[in-house]
Amino acid sequence: MSNRKHIYAVSALVVVGAIVTYFGLTALYKLPVGASTEATTIDQMFGVYFGLIAFWFALIMVFMLYAVVVFKRKPGDTEDAAHIHGNTTVEILWTVVPLVLVVALGVWGATTLKALTSEREGEMVVRVTGQQWSWSFEYPESDNLVSGDLVLPVNQPILLKMRANDVLHSFWVPEFRVKQDLVPGRDTELRITPTDIGDYMLRCAEICGLSHTDMLAKVRVVSQSDFDAWVKENSLPAMSELSTEERGALWYSTQGGFACSGCHTVDGSAGAGPTWLGLYGRQEALEDGTTITADDAYIRNSILHPADQIVAGFPNVMPPIYEAQFAAKEAEILAEENLTVDIIEDLIAYIKTLQE
Amino acid sequence: MGTLRIIATSGLIRGLIGQAIGAALGFGFVTLIRLGMGLESNPEPGAVFGALTSVIGFLAGAGVLTDWSKWALGKETPLRHGPQPGKPEWARYLHVDYNHKVIGIQYAVTSVLVLLVGGIFAITFRIELSLPGMQFLTYEQYNTLFSGHGIVMIASILLGVGAMVNYLVPLMIGASDMAFPRLNAFSYWVSVPAAVLILTGMAIGGWDTGWVAYPPLSLIAPLGVQLFVLGFFVNGFSSIAGSINLLITVATMRAKGMSLFKMPIFVWAAVAAALIQATATQTVGMALLMVVTQRVIGLNFFDPATGGDPVLYQHLFWFYSHPVVYVFVLPGLGVISELLPVFSRKPLFGYRWIALSSLGIALVGFLVWAHHMFVAGVDNTLRVFFMYATMFVAVPTGVKFFSWVATMWEGKLSFETPMLFVLGAISVFLIGGVTGPILGNIPTDMHLHDSYWVVGHFHATMFGGFVFPFFAALYYWYPKFSGRMYKESLGKLHFWLMTPGFWLMSLGQMQIGLLGMRRRVADYDPSLGYDTTHVVITVAGLIIGWSVLIMAYNLISSARSQPLAGNNPWNSRSPEWQISSPPPEFNYDVPFEVVGEPYDYGLAGSVYIRMDPSSSGE
Repeated sequence: MSNRKHIYAVSALVVVGAIVTYFGLTALYKLPVGASTEATTIDQMFGVYFGLIAFWFALIMVFMLYAVVVFKRKPGDTEDAAHIHGNTTVEILWTVVPLVLVVALGVWGATTLKALTSEREGEMVVRVTGQQWSWSFEYPESDNLVSGDLVLPVNQPILLKMRANDVLHSFWVPEFRVKQDLVPGRDTELRITPTDIGDYMLRCAEICGLSHTDMLAKVRVVSQSDFDAWVKENSLPAMSELSTEERGALWYSTQGGFACSGCHTVDGSAGAGPTWLGLYGRQEALEDGTTITADDAYIRNSILHPADQIVAGFPNVMPPIYEAQFAAKEAEILAEENLTVDIIEDLIAYIKTLQE
Repeated sequence: MGTLRIIATSGLIRGLIGQAIGAALGFGFVTLIRLGMGLESNPEPGAVFGALTSVIGFLAGAGVLTDWSKWALGKETPLRHGPQPGKPEWARYLHVDYNHKVIGIQYAVTSVLVLLVGGIFAITFRIELSLPGMQFLTYEQYNTLFSGHGIVMIASILLGVGAMVNYLVPLMIGASDMAFPRLNAFSYWVSVPAAVLILTGMAIGGWDTGWVAYPPLSLIAPLGVQLFVLGFFVNGFSSIAGSINLLITVATMRAKGMSLFKMPIFVWAAVAAALIQATATQTVGMALLMVVTQRVIGLNFFDPATGGDPVLYQHLFWFYSHPVVYVFVLPGLGVISELLPVFSRKPLFGYRWIALSSLGIALVGFLVWAHHMFVAGVDNTLRVFFMYATMFVAVPTGVKFFSWVATMWEGKLSFETPMLFVLGAISVFLIGGVTGPILGNIPTDMHLHDSYWVVGHFHATMFGGFVFPFFAALYYWYPKFSGRMYKESLGKLHFWLMTPGFWLMSLGQMQIGLLGMRRRVADYDPSLGYDTTHVVITVAGLIIGWSVLIMAYNLISSARSQPLAGNNPWNSRSPEWQISSPPPEFNYDVPFEVVGEPYDYGLAGSVYIRMDPSSSGE
């Protein structure tokens, strides 16, 4: 066969190969359900890229396999093949065509990025805080509303203003497609307009230490009326209306903002730290071989200086950040309600209620 | 002397003993000072200082510093070449030796050993991941294993690159050795204590930051992170010294008549890779030192509470760690370009374009680092710049693919094991290639970033760009460095296990990544539909692991039992095949002269080099 006939044959096979690859790809490679306007935009790009992947993959593979089959050396043939060392036209062609394609895709990507990140009318702000290994969500437009679940009204443009308390984390709900890291010391932003009512899961996508795997939060997209009802139900009462035990339970939860629950359970099951069930008055075996009774002084010291007395069997992973966080919160309550609280005292009162 | 005695008195063992002594002295020194000052007990400062002194202890014990110390004292140091006096030939490989071929083989053997260690880590956590729920590992162990897998494999790849470059480049350009033989030995030997530090870090409690060691996590991670970061840092000396040596060797020691565009194509790839290593490694070294010093002496670089910036680290880190992937793949792609003409009996299609595309990839590779930070909080203008730069890498990479296929087109192809691995490399690198642009475009990357899609993509580029070509190179040059032919049947078995195994593994990883599987997690929710694919990935990983063991067996057993290979079993035009196998101590007893093009297969009467310039009539 002449070279021209080989080219015709292989071109036909490339077309067939690209079609087969495309159908294989779209059959086996699925995106999760799209549940935001961002997902709709981004999925169009995924569609085009899948087509391009199928084409370029088939182009090279089919040419290569064709050569492997057709240009196999015959047994006993010791002659060299034809002396062809290049072709400038072809070289320019396969440099320029991909270059044009790259620029076109770049323009599309840049335009799309602008659309994904620019401000929208009537945005609702949600403040997202990530810390090892829990999430909390604050709704500044509603008084005293902090939640461990991310609840969003459907079709409402959302601006997430995010901050990490300790190490890097990353916000990713696959159904919303977009992703953004949370960085200590600076606010990062992400815009989402959820379009489908349903339950989703937020998973931290940046390695953040021991229990990174478990850094999850429920995401619920609900109707506007359900959202309003939820806001009403979950807004926090004034601190003065709560007992110390109730405040302690609040500080413990993700809703209260300190998320002790990320590592300490209250049902006796294992966590990254010791369970609080039956903690008060318990004999704790420490890593250095000594034993200590969990009293007020011990609990206070363990919160302020977590590395001092480590319970045997638990890694030393609790960050020494709570002294500053508690002081800030106490000052805030003092300013707002003219009420003096001691958060550690509240927590100890709460722990005392957790007897087996 | 008995075998055991030779091993026990070898440079390697003396180095390891020296490392232990150095570690003890350094640790004791700092700990005693701290005790004397009445400071609270904290093993970390002692461990860090001990780690640094342990490296000096290793180098002194192994004998790397002997000649340089004598220079400092003004003593004569003849460049010793040849086997260790009174010891068998193999003892050379356990001692500090200045022959580039010995050093190349030391690199290769260490690379494969380290590859097996990193592979065992991978297999262990792959078995853990094959079922949802935690099977037999704790989170701590899991995090340490995946972090260790990353950095250990990077060490293995750098050693493998060192192996190919060291063994081949002087032979290919007609030099008797590298420009600086003692520095060359240092480059190899310093990577050994670095690997010891990394593995020690895993053993004394591990760490949970991955191989990237991002602060603030790396600032609060367990002590193991310090030894890993220091091992990484020390390994940088190997890269910098090795690459400068290589650049000077190529610049000044080429055979007569070997202009740049008449060098074997692998040399171009080695030069492009060395340019990156010589200029980028310092940046990551600085980033790593900043983590060490912030932890140990409290210099603040990364804590925002007192004016630091955690994102700063990512810029410094990726300014090296992105280009370094081209250090990994460029030599591999060079091997593909080097072998294809031999097994196709046709000239390399578009030699100059391929040569320049290596430099193009190396240069553009410096401008793409922030694509690792597309979702890290970098502003849009910068993100768009880095997006274009990233996608431009596709152009010179495409040139390579097209040129390879065009080289095979109308050739006379034969399929011995090295050629099979070249074809496997192209197919696997193609998977990595076509799945990259979708990560380079920001909107699609916002979904795929830090997902298993990325895991699949970079394993495909690493296997296609380094592992497959490295194995092709081991088989192809095996008859040259051992003198004997490997067993073809076992080589083919290795290929037919590893290639489908790898395809399944990386295609599976990308499938679950698209669905939402995160990187670096120890467990996953069974309701997400990843289970079956995870089993497939684990089985495929096991197949790859076994196939590599088959290669190791083949290469070890063939060295004794197989027939002699002769000077040029592949009928190649390249200079190293025109001399005996294994080559003489100083490579070319008579210098050669370049009189033709390197890849003019099929041009009647043409030769690349003439071995005896006196007969050329010039």
